[in-house]
Amino acid sequence: MELIFEKSVSGRTGVRVPLSDVPKAAPLADAVRRRDPVRLPEVGELDLVRHYTNLSRRNFSVDTNFYPLGSCTMKYNTKVTENAGGLFASCHPMLALLPGGDKLVQGPLAIVYELERQLAEITGMEEVTTQPLAGAHGEMTGIMVIAAYHKARGDQKRKYVIVPDSSHGTNPASAAMAGYEIVTIPTAPYGDMDLDLFRQAMSDEVAAVMLTCPNTLGLFNPHIAEICAIAHEGGALTYYDGANLNAILGKVRPGDVGFDVIHVNLHKTFGTPHGGGGPGSGPIGVRGDLVRFLPTPRVVRRGDGSYGVEDHPEGIGRVSDFFGNFGIMARAYAYITLLGREGLIEVSEQAVLNANYMMARLKEEYELPFDQTCMHECVFSASRQLEHGVHAIDVAKYLIDRGFHPPTVYFPLNVKEAIMIEPTETESKQTMDAFIEVMLEAARMAKENPERLHQAPVTTPVGRLDETRAARMQQVCCE
Amino acid sequence: MAKFYTKEHEWVEMAGAQATVGISEHAAHELGDITYVELPKIGKSVKQFEALAAIESVKAASDIYAPVSGKVAAVNQALDEAPELVNQGAEFQGWICKLEGVTEAELGALMDAAAYDEYLKGL
Amino acid sequence: MGYCPNTPDDIRDMLAVIGAASVEELFAPIPADLRAKSFDLPPGMSELELMRLMREKAASCGADITPFIGGGIYDHFIPAAVDHLSSRAEFYTAYTPYQPECAQGTLQALYEYQTTICRLTGMEASNASLYDGGTAVAEAALMSLRITDRHKVILDGSVNPLHREIVTGYLHGLSAEAVAVAPDGCASDLAHLMAAIDDETAAVIVQSPNFFGSVQDFRELAQKAHDHEALLIVSCYPIAMGLVASPGEMGADIAVGEGQSLGNPLSFGGPYFGFIATRKRFIRNLPGRIVGETVDHQGRRGFVLTLQAREQHIKRHKATSNICSNQSLCALRGLIFCASLGEKGFGELAQLNYDKAQYAKSVLGAVRGVDLLNDGATFNEFTLALPKDAAEVVQRLLDQGVAAGVPLGQYYPGMERALVVTVTEKRTKDEIDRLAALLEEVLWS
Repeated sequence: MELIFEKSVSGRTGVRVPLSDVPKAAPLADAVRRRDPVRLPEVGELDLVRHYTNLSRRNFSVDTNFYPLGSCTMKYNTKVTENAGGLFASCHPMLALLPGGDKLVQGPLAIVYELERQLAEITGMEEVTTQPLAGAHGEMTGIMVIAAYHKARGDQKRKYVIVPDSSHGTNPASAAMAGYEIVTIPTAPYGDMDLDLFRQAMSDEVAAVMLTCPNTLGLFNPHIAEICAIAHEGGALTYYDGANLNAILGKVRPGDVGFDVIHVNLHKTFGTPHGGGGPGSGPIGVRGDLVRFLPTPRVVRRGDGSYGVEDHPEGIGRVSDFFGNFGIMARAYAYITLLGREGLIEVSEQAVLNANYMMARLKEEYELPFDQTCMHECVFSASRQLEHGVHAIDVAKYLIDRGFHPPTVYFPLNVKEAIMIEPTETESKQTMDAFIEVMLEAARMAKENPERLHQAPVTTPVGRLDETRAARMQQVCCE
Repeated sequence: MAKFYTKEHEWVEMAGAQATVGISEHAAHELGDITYVELPKIGKSVKQFEALAAIESVKAASDIYAPVSGKVAAVNQALDEAPELVNQGAEFQGWICKLEGVTEAELGALMDAAAYDEYLKGL
Repeated sequence: MGYCPNTPDDIRDMLAVIGAASVEELFAPIPADLRAKSFDLPPGMSELELMRLMREKAASCGADITPFIGGGIYDHFIPAAVDHLSSRAEFYTAYTPYQPECAQGTLQALYEYQTTICRLTGMEASNASLYDGGTAVAEAALMSLRITDRHKVILDGSVNPLHREIVTGYLHGLSAEAVAVAPDGCASDLAHLMAAIDDETAAVIVQSPNFFGSVQDFRELAQKAHDHEALLIVSCYPIAMGLVASPGEMGADIAVGEGQSLGNPLSFGGPYFGFIATRKRFIRNLPGRIVGETVDHQGRRGFVLTLQAREQHIKRHKATSNICSNQSLCALRGLIFCASLGEKGFGELAQLNYDKAQYAKSVLGAVRGVDLLNDGATFNEFTLALPKDAAEVVQRLLDQGVAAGVPLGQYYPGMERALVVTVTEKRTKDEIDRLAALLEEVLWS
């Protein structure tokens, strides 16, 4: 499809700029004036609307296709929460920071406060801040809080953060952004971080250990409480990556297990749309004695029931401009309020049921490296298909031809040819059955006609793209 | 003089006090289509087995470690424009850099071609 | 209530296939002593009740206040097409385009976005967006440390104070230093900034227009930085790019900024997007996702995420940043906003902001006892010196339904009487005249 720039016709306009009701001002000084106009496309509004409507049709999305992308929790995004989130469009955040301005924005401040309380209860933490703008941003904020904690205790020698080799890449990257060196622990044959190696790695130089629970294999870590205890014994803090929280709502609370800091991905567990790769929202929660290190400012509830904004002088400072991605937070608040206690418990129960059903029906044809009850997702390997020269990516591309978004492939890194399936609770048995049939068909085809899988996809606007060429050419904008 | 190899799949070939360094054919094959080689700065000093350069393909990135200690005397500038030279001949036109001030004594910690072949079989 | 469609019959059949007696049995891997000690939340509600509750909250969100406030976030007009097109579910319920064949919509839009950012900023390579303006400045600072292999940045005091706080926090953990240079009145102190640059300096960070609204020529500063092999980072306000010299024209090596003003609603602080663009030679040092053009096996043009070997999912702790997502949907809104206006419209919009602010300057500057503090050029913001404490004045005007500006005392001790006023195209002449009248009243009655 042509680029919008290629559809540009000089002199054509889309939207009319408002007429001026003030006199024209003297021109801006030459030294600071832009020389040439910004070369933006000149298209009529209908051209514009057709262009982006047609572009949108080149996407798979939750609203159009089953999207079992493991680790991403691609659940249905309820429409009423969209409406609810949009109610605050005209609210200027600076109002809250003006002297006396907080009384004008009691509604949004109440939502920030109440959402923080809801998340604290759901995760078993003392307090929550919604300031981080995405999961990885939450991780970095959480590690900064941990660094502040050690520093406040005069404990300056801790320079390592421990992560399992199955962790999301953001974990080590976030810890590195906060200035730590990384120690990576391999996965043991039982599918979890090797406990003995972890014990050996622990020392008084370790600041924190970061874990995902259930882990990235979709399994509930059997040693999780023990790991927390070992870390605490060595003076390190424990960080809970909330990527997989959707599996355990109302069943387990990271705070009860012994985690000190957590982040939550509102765009996963709490049903806000993924937006083609963002915006997300990554609030963090902490245990009691870490509250003082949370970023500034804090939204507080005063004695008279009103809400205000307070500086948080001992905190790590500011990690984003205001109170976080409020539009996303308002949707998550609406989602939690809509579902309520029983609804949230049902989310996890049905998510786990769906994943186990998927696992039970596919394990005849696909290698299941860890054959045990899974939580909200299951990880297969295409190793049997590989015997016929078919890779996980070939199965993935064939699914596209059959109208399904592929699962996550090649993650986690500790499973060869990984295929990670997370159906989520919002999919019906019938939808999953249809997907399972195509997966089984792909497995048959791997034996009988692998070439068809190698050619896939053939139904999309473009076939497999030359990524090597893209990386070498570095063509990232048009002339 | 013959090539010597590291366990991390670098090779080194010495000529007097100067050595040419690259990655092995095996490593180039494993990485797939190379998209970028981060060449070291000329004049940089490295100790044996320290990070020297880095190499990327579409889906992987890895460090290249110095097979021997020395100072970077020259780099294969052609790789800037044509990183695929590493795929075409990792142990020939796809060399990475030349080190000076190297000593043969350090070769003792490396494998010769036959030993490296054996090592690859064991992987 | 969890939008779970399976019926009791479905559930029974599924459990039979799994070989489990109950759903609860599937949670058996969780040790009993780790079970939740509490889950104290109210019961759910219907859509009707929810919307009633949310509308109650939305009733108190300052919607009836006339805003003359900015501080990095601006009340601009948003064309209707922006909402309609970005609300296409194929855009907003998709995820990261990991499978490019079924994500060409998102990928091409981001490629067009990257092109738009390059053209706005006068740079050569943009990523697919960052979280927000403040973190974009911080990411640019980190990028300059990587490029130069140095550990010090010079941070101009007229950069948005909220952004400066974020930069300082990001640098802190890495044992890198941010050297602050105080502004000279409402302008960047160019002489002191230049004097602070040495061979240890990774970058100088300035903002255009700056927090006080002033617009300055940074060409000489760029030259001085380059003489020391340091970089110039310019944080810019994208709407101003229709009239004010771009970071590229000023000699910047990295341009960043807050993208909210491009078609994203105020929404009490987010979601917005940050942008970052640079010279082509620094492309590998960019953080976050980048979309690149390529072809398929039949030679058809297509778009993919590229240069991924920089990123956390491959390079883990050695990645250029920990960032995983971008703000795709917000960036899409920015793109559609720019394409709606087009070359001519974008210039007109910037001119209109400038004209209205110039008018406001003349009217407000004429209020008894009020002085204009900016010496040189401004775009759509300017700083007034009031004869009284600005925070007090703002508070009193809020009661009259007007947010008169951002008082500077809380950010710049000693400037308690200074007020930054913002005038976008949405403010009418009547609103500006009313502000002047109210100001006169509050100051003198």
